Amino acid sequence: MIMHNSLDGRVSCNIMQFMEQQMTGPVEKPIIEFRTEPARYRHWRIEIEGPVAHLIMAVDPAGGLVPGYELKLNSYDLGVDIELHDAVQRLRFEHPEVGAVVLRSGREGVFCAGANIRMLGQSSHAHKVNFCKFTNETRLSIEDATAHSGQRYLSAVKGAAAGGGYELALTAAHIMLIDDRKSSVSLPELPLLAVLPGTGGLTRVTDKRQVRRDLADVFCTAEEGVRGKKAVAWRLVDEVIAPSVWDATVAQRAREAAARTDRPTDAQGVKLPWLERKIEGGSITYPHVEVRCDAGLRRAEILVAGPSLPVPGDVATAVALGADFWPLAMARALDDAILHLRTNEAELGLWMLRTRGDAALMLAYDAFLEAHQNHWLMREIRHFIKRVLKRIDVTSRSIVALIEPGSCFAGTLAELAFAADRSAMFVGDRGGEASAMLTVGPANFGAYPMGNGLTRLQTRFLGEAATIERVRASLELPLDAEAAADLGLVTFTYDQTDWDDEIRIMLEERASFSPDSLTGMEANLRFPGPETMETRIFGRLTAWQNWIFQRPNAVGPDGALKRYGSGQQAAFDRQRV
Amino acid sequence: MPDGMNIDYDGLIPNNVGLAEDQRVRKALETWHPGYIDWWKDMGPEGFQESLVYLRTAIGVDPKGWAKFDYVKMPEYKWGILLAPAVEGRTIPFGKHKGELAWQEVPGEYRALLRRLIVVQGDTEPASVEQQRHLGATAPSLYDLRNLFQVNVEEGRHLWAMVYLLHKYFGTDGREEAEELLQRRSGHADTPRMLGAFNEATPDWLSFFMFTYFTDRDGKMQLEALAQSGFDPLSRTCRFMLTEEAHHMFVGDSGVQRVVERTVQAMRDAGINDPYDQAAERKLGVIDLPTIQKKMNLHFSLTLDLFGNEISTNAANAFNAGIKGRYREDKIEDDHDLIGATYPVLRCVDGEIVREEAPALSALNMRLRDDYVKDCESGVVRWNRVIEKAGFSFRLALPHVAFNRAIGEFATIKAGPDGVVMDAAAWAARAGDWLPDAADAAYIDSLMVPVREAGQYASWIAPPRVGIDNKGGDFEYVQIVQ
Repeated sequence: MIMHNSLDGRVSCNIMQFMEQQMTGPVEKPIIEFRTEPARYRHWRIEIEGPVAHLIMAVDPAGGLVPGYELKLNSYDLGVDIELHDAVQRLRFEHPEVGAVVLRSGREGVFCAGANIRMLGQSSHAHKVNFCKFTNETRLSIEDATAHSGQRYLSAVKGAAAGGGYELALTAAHIMLIDDRKSSVSLPELPLLAVLPGTGGLTRVTDKRQVRRDLADVFCTAEEGVRGKKAVAWRLVDEVIAPSVWDATVAQRAREAAARTDRPTDAQGVKLPWLERKIEGGSITYPHVEVRCDAGLRRAEILVAGPSLPVPGDVATAVALGADFWPLAMARALDDAILHLRTNEAELGLWMLRTRGDAALMLAYDAFLEAHQNHWLMREIRHFIKRVLKRIDVTSRSIVALIEPGSCFAGTLAELAFAADRSAMFVGDRGGEASAMLTVGPANFGAYPMGNGLTRLQTRFLGEAATIERVRASLELPLDAEAAADLGLVTFTYDQTDWDDEIRIMLEERASFSPDSLTGMEANLRFPGPETMETRIFGRLTAWQNWIFQRPNAVGPDGALKRYGSGQQAAFDRQRV
Repeated sequence: MPDGMNIDYDGLIPNNVGLAEDQRVRKALETWHPGYIDWWKDMGPEGFQESLVYLRTAIGVDPKGWAKFDYVKMPEYKWGILLAPAVEGRTIPFGKHKGELAWQEVPGEYRALLRRLIVVQGDTEPASVEQQRHLGATAPSLYDLRNLFQVNVEEGRHLWAMVYLLHKYFGTDGREEAEELLQRRSGHADTPRMLGAFNEATPDWLSFFMFTYFTDRDGKMQLEALAQSGFDPLSRTCRFMLTEEAHHMFVGDSGVQRVVERTVQAMRDAGINDPYDQAAERKLGVIDLPTIQKKMNLHFSLTLDLFGNEISTNAANAFNAGIKGRYREDKIEDDHDLIGATYPVLRCVDGEIVREEAPALSALNMRLRDDYVKDCESGVVRWNRVIEKAGFSFRLALPHVAFNRAIGEFATIKAGPDGVVMDAAAWAARAGDWLPDAADAAYIDSLMVPVREAGQYASWIAPPRVGIDNKGGDFEYVQIVQ
């Protein structure tokens, strides 16, 4: 069966998939939707009191993304996290007046019990990995808001914060735990489920909270966790608060945090309206972004259009444009496209990044953002673009940038070329179109750092400070293929004679390799240089977790995840690997 | 060495566990002891610490002669560590270790699970003493006052029993937990007891009887399940506690029965035929039958919440591990491992109550609750016999298990005592018909005046048919020293 829905439904975009469905029966996998809005939330509430927002988790047990599990005890699945991600995003854009956000539970007796175990037990490996990636990105976006948006997060932990629940609490700059002699924080994944607290849990305990490693070892193997003063002494939380003064103290801490913000109190927020998206055949169309899926060749082509309207004359005009202001509109579209492809198109293993538009105008937009970078909204937009680019960095797809005549790889959009695993640039003109140009702008020198804390250029030219200076010397100068190759900014250059063949062969070769080894190689090569908490979470913790997620001790028929809740204990293969 | 049957009263702490030879645990318990006495004086029965109470004290743990009765000042009561005698060669009766020798030490892998179970059980014991500490002021007779205190000191002893296990088998964590058992306070905003029902006040004597009938019966069910444990010291402790718990339920059972007896007697004497004529009944200074029903509704439903979620991973784990069995596991004829078995569970699906088969391991809480509800029926039958014999058509009845629930499947719906699901507004409109309201509380409160003359009983309760230790109802069970 092919389902058709004019707006959101998915028309099976290729014949291969169609045939597969015919062969395996009518398995209509529903599309997972990342777009949402508060009116559609089933699991979260946002309550705003002046400069303080309360982000309240009250998960609807019956609101799981797919059947087969109940989201008891404020446990979450991808659907719950999609709402959280949306809420964090909206608080930044729609509520300039909010200077502090309190993460809390709307359920009695539990803060959050973490990722739903039965959901993990029944999910495919790919779904688990993708789910964890997205939750990790959302956790980091909370920390990004505290660090860069003047929106400081606090966790008010009342009831148990277990596993992913404590990992959520850990994202806040300040963790309060009620001292009711019951409420505790814990990371019981290892003793209970034979997996890791993989959504940053281990890494944040050591790197962010700087819990001593032996205490962290004890904490992460104690199913019941730690409560009260010991939780403070071990630095797992910042303070414990007696129940009688709980509400007053939480309110006080939130006011104090809000008072530290540099966000304006009198500004109007920017509404983030429902993102327009049309899925038709193999194409997905957004404002400024188009995706073409080719299941036969197992690849997706992502085309980003640069700005077309002139740069606003002043910041007020840009604010008035709101979600239609090109940098914001483009970032929202690209963000959704990435999430959609990652989750719903797992077999499209190769992404081709293309751009089109006016490079000079692109640079003018960059200059505008930079000139107004202290304006709350322009700041938000730059950080948002930064996060979208980071999503590309951690995407398990081979990414190739194609820099062709008519393209717009300049400034912000040039980051797409630097984010790619390799790039190819067209030499000379093509059918009357002007030659392809690559233009480095100021935005490439610090606006969009990667997870390793370096710019993509610094990462590319690790240990080559002189090269970076050479690149800087050609700031805002359109570089043709020869110049770009000379500076090391592109991988290959081909002229008209070779372009089509070379590109075809490169892409076909890439598509023939093992997807697993490609994922491993790319993730390694993309992050040379220093480690940060963020790279450790994605590169080390996640890699281990994903290994464990494949092992029979966790997911075999007698493994801990499969047996969880049955009352039967897991049977382990005791051999250390 | 004690033979396990007689109790060593030589040391500070009476025991049949060889405490004299176990320096480490004796020292821990002796360190804990002053804190316990302070707690008892602070939070135990208010105003009667100097009075002489005719209490029974255990002198042996064999079923025949384990108790002796005498006047005792409560703070001087011989609290101690008493375990049922060891059964030679006892094996683990259920779960994946079924048939292995019962554990005499805690297996490392179950340490946290066991400790949690013991702490939760332990927490309920002092909690009920705290809940009942004001009741002495309004006791309807010296007989009832003595029964209250007997219940209280035995709950205190049950705390000792759990603390012994914590001290003996759980190292520093156990000592910390034992200390915290003395720090928490029923109903306290900052340091509440662990379970909801144990933070509710016991405001009057009818509540006390209902509590000892319904809530102590939950205690009995939990103890029965733990008495099956593969961890032998826990099993032996619980087996002995059960003999004491039976008396608590007797106090509740007979207490409610005496209230009912008094009410129907007064109605007959006054020629009242309509049991629903509350105003007329209340003029007689007795508790009308509809109010007794409402109290029952309240205490039964609050107690059901103590059984936790119908489908529970913790319960499944505890069973499979051989830690906590089913009610009378030793009398059940099946494979005792429940792998692959199912059990019917009441669930709430789209707002409707339906019965579904669930994996039996996960449904152990539901099963224990079913056993509990069955166990509750016996008293209700007895109480109704009193009403029937008096010639009234009124019948007391347990409400539906979905009524007034805050935990489990039915927490999200509103159902009447008959199990009919309704919307919240309709339920709220009828709540006063089903649960005691402020007016009921005020009326019952007005009856709660102390009666302190031997052989005298308050207007709302009949004397017992027989007293304690073959004494009459007019025996001076408490010599009050203010």
